[in-house]
Amino acid sequence: MAHDDLRGTELRLGLPGSESPDGRPTAATPTLDLLPSKGAKRVFAHEAQVPPAAASGDGNQAEAEVRGEGDKKVAAPPQPAAKWVPPADSLWAQVVGWPPVRSYRKNTMATSQLKSSKEESDAKQGQGFLYVKVSMDGAPYLRKVDLKTYKSYKELSLGLEKMFVDFSTGRSGSNGLKGKDGASESRNDGEFVLTYEDKDGDWMLVGDVPWKMFTDSCRRLRIMKGSDAIGLAPRAGGKSKNKN
Amino acid sequence: MAPAAPMGRGGSRAAPAAAAPPWHVLPDEVWEHAFSFLPADSDRGAAAAACRSWLRAERRSRRRLAVANCYAASPQDAVDRFPAVRAVEVKGKPHFADFGLVPPAWGAAAAPWVAAAADGWPLLEEISFKRMVVTDDCLEMIAASFRNFQVLRLVSCEGFSTAGLAAIAAGCRNLRELDLQENEIEDCSIHWLSLFPESFTSLVTLNFSCLEGDVNITVLERLVTRCHNLKTLKLNNAIPLDKLANLLRKAPQIVELGTGRFSADYHPDLFSKLEAAFAGCKSLRRLSGAWDAVPEYLPAFYCVCDGLTSLNLSYTTVRGPELIKFISRCKKLQLLWVMDLIEDRGLAVVASSCNKLQELRVFPSAPFDAAEQVSLTERGLVDVSASCPMLESVLYFCRRMTNEALITIAKNRPNFTCFRLCIIEPHTPDYTTHQPLDAGFSAIVESCKGLRRLSVSGLLTDIVFKSIGAHADRLEMLSIAFAGNSDLGLHYILSGCKSLKKLEIRDCPFGDKPLLANAAKLETMRSLWMSTCSLTLGACRQLARKMPRLSVEVMNDPRRRCPLDSLTDESPVETLYVYRTIAGPRFDTPACVQIV
Repeated sequence: MAHDDLRGTELRLGLPGSESPDGRPTAATPTLDLLPSKGAKRVFAHEAQVPPAAASGDGNQAEAEVRGEGDKKVAAPPQPAAKWVPPADSLWAQVVGWPPVRSYRKNTMATSQLKSSKEESDAKQGQGFLYVKVSMDGAPYLRKVDLKTYKSYKELSLGLEKMFVDFSTGRSGSNGLKGKDGASESRNDGEFVLTYEDKDGDWMLVGDVPWKMFTDSCRRLRIMKGSDAIGLAPRAGGKSKNKN
Repeated sequence: MAPAAPMGRGGSRAAPAAAAPPWHVLPDEVWEHAFSFLPADSDRGAAAAACRSWLRAERRSRRRLAVANCYAASPQDAVDRFPAVRAVEVKGKPHFADFGLVPPAWGAAAAPWVAAAADGWPLLEEISFKRMVVTDDCLEMIAASFRNFQVLRLVSCEGFSTAGLAAIAAGCRNLRELDLQENEIEDCSIHWLSLFPESFTSLVTLNFSCLEGDVNITVLERLVTRCHNLKTLKLNNAIPLDKLANLLRKAPQIVELGTGRFSADYHPDLFSKLEAAFAGCKSLRRLSGAWDAVPEYLPAFYCVCDGLTSLNLSYTTVRGPELIKFISRCKKLQLLWVMDLIEDRGLAVVASSCNKLQELRVFPSAPFDAAEQVSLTERGLVDVSASCPMLESVLYFCRRMTNEALITIAKNRPNFTCFRLCIIEPHTPDYTTHQPLDAGFSAIVESCKGLRRLSVSGLLTDIVFKSIGAHADRLEMLSIAFAGNSDLGLHYILSGCKSLKKLEIRDCPFGDKPLLANAAKLETMRSLWMSTCSLTLGACRQLARKMPRLSVEVMNDPRRRCPLDSLTDESPVETLYVYRTIAGPRFDTPACVQIV
């Protein structure tokens, strides 16, 4: 999604010279709060402000914060409840698009590291990222999401909604990704259905299995038009086609 | 190159011997022939500006057109002005789109260009799109509209699938080059390769390395076998090693090879097979591939090392002595792209073995990992710059640098044309003196008089920009991030840098004043990008009012629903993208982008 989405959640490094004598920057912590910034670094006030409706009135406050006069610390602003975690960077990425490594290269390296160290990942904590492709019927191009940045189906659903908001067809706000557990409510039954391709190559409805099991077996995601999803309606059991 | 005097002479000699007419009434064909010798488009442009008859002759005979910004002119303008174009190249999104800074659905649709070309350039043979949104419909239209279509090159594009490729394969009888570089291609499981007819033999370049899906190997082998002129073959991950050997045996004439994923457990017979296959490729000069390479296989390449001029190992995670040994055998190397896994000691070997090196790129293997894992420092670059006299282009990612190293590099290599240094942590100073790296980069611009492209990084103050503005006369593209300390920095750049065409800035404390003070400069440039700086909406509005031939685009948070018109002048601007255009404001912006 747009880099601007990330402003409210990105980490900031302080100036190395101002932090410690040997020039090392403060260690990035894996939280998503804004760190106070000094000097040239600034918080983007239009991100920091919570209610998007009250935009124009906040202009002056925004400017004062933006200028970051002297050593004025900017308090971490209140964060919106549903945290949008951008798919394009791992949790450890400090700033959007930095270092300047092409998205293509990042994705290729991520895929190759994922494939080549599958066994190691079971032994270790797991890779820091798990990128899968997301396609949406009717959208001109695909996106990639890092499944590790979500902890539940609800978060995934919200994240995907935001990612494809540009392609939503006129219904205000939510497209209602339908899934079995905890996905956001659909305004129109079966408008879009979230499916995934599992390790066996089968297309499954998202939401049937526990989250961890899902992330272990999900290879790619597809947001299908409801009319195409007949046969994948949510049901009590597990896989729709299986040797039973 | 000034066209006037030599042109006149050439013209009068070409005229009939009997009577030599004055040069200014020579027929257009003579001028068109003369102009065909001008090497650069800019020379042709200069000639066209001389007088009306040259304008007419030049534009009517122009065969190659490069549109560096798809919004600088409308497709119809291009077709109308240059009716005889056979090869067109169009670039779309700003460079920072590569790093995710441009919102999706920003624009750069290829469709209007394809539609205009289909109508106005039926004889078009070559299309090149970079950072554009190309749909399957576009590809189908290309296949249907140009009977002599020969070259399709798509770089960093998105929006199409294998269905579009199928249309190209099926419809372009005379296709010579299909070159897909780093695109996002959706896999529709269509066997597009099978759609090249059996009678089709004209392929010279086939690059599908960015394709993620499977490919029918048998079909590929048959295609490779019957295309005797195939010189460039770049495979994707789906081709296993033993199939690679088969393909090479069928195309021993190959000059450029991309091996795709090069990983397999070591088997001696597979090794011998590969070695034999490579031994047959006597013309192989350029090698690349995404190698999860097992180091034991590298010696299979030894027989081609002698002839290699270009080696792209930038997706290769092999490290250590095997990698270094391999590269050191490539004594004729002119281009080397590697990961930082090569480390300083590897670069020291490169420096001593590869004296013909012209271009070096070192990419970070773990860019987001704050812990230092590889020993790649300023030392490596100093060594290479000291020993490779022809080195002129560098892209180098590292974690530390010193002014002294940069000064040494500048002294060693005044012939740099492209110097891009990326110190991974923003604001990193000289690690020995803790000073900003102003002195080092100043040395680079003062010494390298021919520098055309520069990217700076590390801790930098306004001082470095004063040097750049004053000395970098030939600089055309400048990338700045996390640098400078006041408006002065930007002012120095915009008031200096005589040849500047593209300026891209992120996360710098540059505000409205220098932008407005140097508004006129922007019309002499192709584009300006400023994100996360200190700009306000009022300044952007003022700029747009002052400079009607610039398009001033402001991009903000896409979640923000209120239209730009209701915001005050003091509102901060997240991203500004300004470019000159004769086409007026575009109408295909998404909600988060507004033209001021």
